[in-house]
Amino acid sequence: MKKFLIPLGLFLGLVIFLAVGLNRDPREIPSPLVGKPAPAFSLNTLDANAPKFGPQDMKGKVWMLNVWATWCVACREEHPVLVAFSKANQLPIVGLSYKEVQPQDEPSGKKFTPEEKLQFARDRSALWLKRHGNPYVLSAMDLDGRVGIDYGVYGVPETYVIDKDGVIRYKRVGVVTPELLQSTILPLVQKLNAS
Amino acid sequence: MIVEIGHFALILAACVALVQGVLPLAGTLNDNQRWQALAKPAATLQFLLIAFSFAVLAHGALTDDFSIKYIAGHSNSLLPTQYKFASVWGGHEGSLLLWMLMLSGWTLAVAIFSRTLPLAMVARVIGILGLVSTGFLMFILITSSPFERLLPAPADGKDLNPLLQDPGLVIHPPMLYMGYVGFSVAFAFAVSALLSGRMDAAWARWSRPWTIVAWIFMTAGIALGSWWAYYELGWGGWWFWDPVENASLMPWLFGTALIHALMVTDKRGGFKAWSVLLAIGAFSLSLLGTFLVRSGVLTSVHAFASDPKRGVFILIFLAVVVGVSLTLFAWRAPKATLGGKMGLVSRESMLITNSVLLVVATGAVLLGTIYPLIVDALNLGKLSVGAPYFNAVFVPLMVPVVFLMVPGGIAHWREARWAQLGHDLRLPALAAVLAGIAIWTLTERGTWLTAMGLALATWVVVGLLTQIAIRLKKPGRIPPSFWGMHLAHLGIAVITVGITMVKSYEVERDVRMGLNDTVTIENYSFELVGVSDVNGPNYKAIRGDVKVTKDGKYLEMLYPEKRKYFSSAMPMTEAGIDSGFFRDLYVSLGEPIEGERLQWSVRVFYKPFVSWLWYGAILMVLGGLLAVSDRRYRKSATTLA
Amino acid sequence: MNLQSVFLKWVCVASWLLFSCLAPLQAKEAALLAEDPVLEKRLIHISEELRCMVCQNESLASSRAELANDLREEVRKLIREDKSDSQIKEYLVTRYGDFVLYKPEVKPLTWVLWFGPFLLLVLAIMGMAYYLRQRQGAQKGSPVLSDEDRRKVQEILKSGDAP
Repeated sequence: MKKFLIPLGLFLGLVIFLAVGLNRDPREIPSPLVGKPAPAFSLNTLDANAPKFGPQDMKGKVWMLNVWATWCVACREEHPVLVAFSKANQLPIVGLSYKEVQPQDEPSGKKFTPEEKLQFARDRSALWLKRHGNPYVLSAMDLDGRVGIDYGVYGVPETYVIDKDGVIRYKRVGVVTPELLQSTILPLVQKLNAS
Repeated sequence: MIVEIGHFALILAACVALVQGVLPLAGTLNDNQRWQALAKPAATLQFLLIAFSFAVLAHGALTDDFSIKYIAGHSNSLLPTQYKFASVWGGHEGSLLLWMLMLSGWTLAVAIFSRTLPLAMVARVIGILGLVSTGFLMFILITSSPFERLLPAPADGKDLNPLLQDPGLVIHPPMLYMGYVGFSVAFAFAVSALLSGRMDAAWARWSRPWTIVAWIFMTAGIALGSWWAYYELGWGGWWFWDPVENASLMPWLFGTALIHALMVTDKRGGFKAWSVLLAIGAFSLSLLGTFLVRSGVLTSVHAFASDPKRGVFILIFLAVVVGVSLTLFAWRAPKATLGGKMGLVSRESMLITNSVLLVVATGAVLLGTIYPLIVDALNLGKLSVGAPYFNAVFVPLMVPVVFLMVPGGIAHWREARWAQLGHDLRLPALAAVLAGIAIWTLTERGTWLTAMGLALATWVVVGLLTQIAIRLKKPGRIPPSFWGMHLAHLGIAVITVGITMVKSYEVERDVRMGLNDTVTIENYSFELVGVSDVNGPNYKAIRGDVKVTKDGKYLEMLYPEKRKYFSSAMPMTEAGIDSGFFRDLYVSLGEPIEGERLQWSVRVFYKPFVSWLWYGAILMVLGGLLAVSDRRYRKSATTLA
Repeated sequence: MNLQSVFLKWVCVASWLLFSCLAPLQAKEAALLAEDPVLEKRLIHISEELRCMVCQNESLASSRAELANDLREEVRKLIREDKSDSQIKEYLVTRYGDFVLYKPEVKPLTWVLWFGPFLLLVLAIMGMAYYLRQRQGAQKGSPVLSDEDRRKVQEILKSGDAP
């Protein structure tokens, strides 16, 4: 009788899904922002003399936005790759310094004023970039992480590729490796530059 | 040196398991009595080898042998002794060895307690268990050996995860594994019935005690896990619908269904195929749980570190064991005879409805647990299915199950008489309706769910009291299984009350407290009278001294702590809990807050009736023990009880 | 010792206790961590249905991770702007995707998830009722010998004993 085969049928279906699932990473979450315009913002940058920066300043160019911080351990792994890549001058890399100032940086009993916070962040970031190399044409300072939220940042480092019209075309959560640059990012950049 | 001997013992055990699996089963096919008789001694030998292996690993943990990679990864010289022992199962490899210890232990128990069973049946059951053991041992030896060396040995181990440094770790996993593994016995009996082609009711009779014992352990294991999470994690939660929790709930639900279905198969010979399917299902869910927890396909706070190679192995093992069993089922089960006559409304139909409902509930939990995986596998994106879904779907499905406990016990076998049902159910129905109305009108904060939950619990309690009263009036000795059933059902009612009350009436206050500040909930006052530093054996902590007063009168002191273990960056909260019969007071210390006055963030909970969750579980365990103690399980198979 | 002196004694003790409790004048009823309890209640209700993006498996309500703190603050801001629950969820889904919702939306992709169990329930009950009825029909007129009885009969017949 065929109905006795139903349990076996259901089970085999389950096994197939589980087998496919084994090859997936449940922690790898695609970004809903791919294909949407890069959210606007206006932030101070690392350079105290420069004006504020926003993504609209990069219209007409294909560019890369890299979310980083000096306290981020994984960023250290990625940084030399970015520095080398920036020397190839394929596209401008803009840094987004994400929540550089942490609660433990503030002296006990006192809170930084906004100006003190910005200064602290600028000083420490500049020192870090001097020591480890600077791949960025500029670094926007997202001190409170609000811009990060708009960009769906949940793990540092994160990297975006944005096209000439200001639309996000690619997002990478995690470290950028040379393999990733070769296989995914460069071909995409070339394609976007051509259009 | 001893470590290598321990490893060798495992290899030997795998060989013995293979012999234990193949020869007795082959012996039943060609009627070779000698081969069939190999089952019991093989089971004994296997147990001894695995016990030895386990002892070697335990010895390594207790003597700080950090040349063993597993011990170096999960233990530490500063660890208190009981946690050194428990660290044996604190990680993936060791927990599998614990699993094997239990599997070989259960197999040995079957060998010992089967004197009255026919040899062929014993041979089949132990043979099947031997094949399962072989699979697990191969898995351990090939992908997850706990005996790998780490040379040069580090000076000290990495330490056991601070969350696990708790009495809960010493007892929760062993209890749970006893349950998971215990269902393998019912599985083996079911498959052996299929193999023999004789799907008579006898296998159901023999399976029942084994199933109940496994169920008891499973109940205790799950309840302990829930209780442990409650007092250990510091946020007062006790069930999170985490995939690993679901992995334990599913076999439990099937096990409960199986216990009830076996009653029908045993007594009236009906639904043999359904019972066999449930028995296969319960253990399959145990295996599925093992897969989900160790393969990395799902994210969980609980999961062991994952490795795709391990995932593949377990999946293949799962596919083979369950696939072969279900194929055998499709082939042999149709031949099962129908069994006794049973009416549309009868005790049999109610028991079977119970098992059908529980299977649907299990299906819901399974669906919710793997839905993210299915959607991802079909490339349709990533989504999350969490507590809000499970609460919305599971609770309505369980209400009829609990409801049926009363008519199921009252209805007669074969054919329930409507007049008698109506008469006996009058009192419980009245009591339930009154309780519901009372709650609905008399209290301000409750909702209709509160009223329904308490009405349901009243229905069950008055229902079982009614049944006891009816039975006491009849002549004859009352078997322990009668009391066992009602005790277990009472446990469910108690849990229902606990869940309903805590969800409806619990109060949480998130406050910032400086010295001598107070916070009040109901008529309890909590005052932070002091904060001190504490040095533990392997941690440093800040301890809050909280004075609790009730109606102005001093009650006690509670000491919530925030611990920083040397080995981990993660701070741990040890809540200060006052557990009472009708309520728990729960205080959790948070981070210090900067400001002109030094303050700490503190969370205070008032949780009414939360202990009833654990009391209910204890009642269920006691009920199960009573049921199993029934003498008829110890009568020989030749006398027909 | 008469009743009056006992009473007076206790009044003195009670007053002393009362004063010593009042003495630390800075001590007061602890301030709620939250500024606004009504807002907090709504925050907890919404964030219980949201996922902490950086945790293994925790809700936004219970997680103490830094991003969770930031996102809760963001939700507070949106509540103050009088956004509805669904607008707030929409805001987060636009940035983080469906993954951030612990309670999946009811849409074609999740119909099986939400309606599957109840559909299964209905089918199962119907199937069982149908089977029981069929069974009744098949058993009308058939002898009520269970397999147990059958085996007994066989044994007796085989052994040649008189019944």
